[in-house]
Amino acid sequence: MRENEGKPIGRRVLLSMLGLGAAGIAAAPALQGGWQKLLDADPVGVTGLLPNSGGFRYFSVTASVPVKNETNYQLTVDGLVDRPRTFTLADLAALPQRRVVHDVQCTDGWKVENAAFTGVPLSTLLDTVGVKKEGKAIRFTCFDGLYTESLTLEQARRPDVMAALKLQDQPLTHERGGPVRLYVAPMYFYKSAKWLSGITVTDRVQQGYWEDYGYAVDGWL
Amino acid sequence: MPSTVGSDHAVQSSTERIQRFGRVPRLVHRTTGWLMALCLGTAACLYFGPLAEFVGRRLLVVAVHEFSGILLPVPVLLGLLSPDFRAELKRLNRFAKYDAEWLRLALRRRPGRQAGKFNAGQKLYASWIAGAVPVMLFTGLLMWFGGLLPWIPRSSAIFVHDWLALAIAVVIIGHIRMAYRDPLARQGMRTGYVRKDWARKEHPRWIDPD
Repeated sequence: MRENEGKPIGRRVLLSMLGLGAAGIAAAPALQGGWQKLLDADPVGVTGLLPNSGGFRYFSVTASVPVKNETNYQLTVDGLVDRPRTFTLADLAALPQRRVVHDVQCTDGWKVENAAFTGVPLSTLLDTVGVKKEGKAIRFTCFDGLYTESLTLEQARRPDVMAALKLQDQPLTHERGGPVRLYVAPMYFYKSAKWLSGITVTDRVQQGYWEDYGYAVDGWL
Repeated sequence: MPSTVGSDHAVQSSTERIQRFGRVPRLVHRTTGWLMALCLGTAACLYFGPLAEFVGRRLLVVAVHEFSGILLPVPVLLGLLSPDFRAELKRLNRFAKYDAEWLRLALRRRPGRQAGKFNAGQKLYASWIAGAVPVMLFTGLLMWFGGLLPWIPRSSAIFVHDWLALAIAVVIIGHIRMAYRDPLARQGMRTGYVRKDWARKEHPRWIDPD
């Protein structure tokens, strides 16, 4: 069995890989910063296949999502309100808009710095329909038919929480949750539900889709 | 009739077979291969925008990815119970003098390389992937169970998991390409037996150790 003689190089390669893994974890913050700089400096965008090059990543919890546009999009605001109402895309665009620049951070680790979302502050929408005294929280529903989210009324009235119509001053695309998505700037991005279609005022917080799988209900960054 | 005897002999030598792999190593290889395919396939559906859009169903894809990942080392660990499999690992671990020579010649794409039951490339591949999988498992578990080791930032675990996944994908594609180019080698892994003339050509030191 001469094959069993010689140096145990295999074992050394295996252990070196484990060491490299540990070193990679230790050096990750520095490496990541450098990598991000390199990507930012390269307007061509090296390739979409490399980790974290496109910034945003697409997550959907359903098999497929209908595409909506100005002809068929509707946002219904109801629940514990005085004047329930349905808004078209044109209705929303006609309301006063606010632009918020903030870092987007996903629980899966990707991050987009200085994303500019423009849209109608939720407080404006809530004032338009008039919230009843017993209204304490909001349940958001989406036209993918499955995703839900929640906020307390206090959170929803913050100036940096909106029904967003634009990203980087361009109309919000379908992949990014357009034509209208929720944007909750100070929280993790799962709180910013894509494809927003319903805002229902409730008497207490009803946790949303990912919260049922153990995510924090208050996903502060 | 000498001529027919001669041709008989020729036929015999080209179809004469020897056993290359026992049942356990083949089973370990096959189950690991399927688990790796599941793991990489689901990874692609989580990672690439267009594929993610096409497949959606994130929760299901994540679950399949997590469980195929967790199970990935299990066939090898079970294989350790078999002396046959342990003997193969021993062969993969040890590098003889001619293995170093094999690598030198391979880098220059030169023929005439000496190899035992496994060539140096196969030994390197096996040990590299055996080291890479635990790193993936560890970083994957950190992503899965956020609070496991709070002093390791989640984004660091993801960083290593992402880049190493890319490296593994490249290496595995190479591994499959090598297998695709040599049907006789694939036969060895599929049936357990190879043609002796193939073995003599590709793994001379396995057939004649001296």
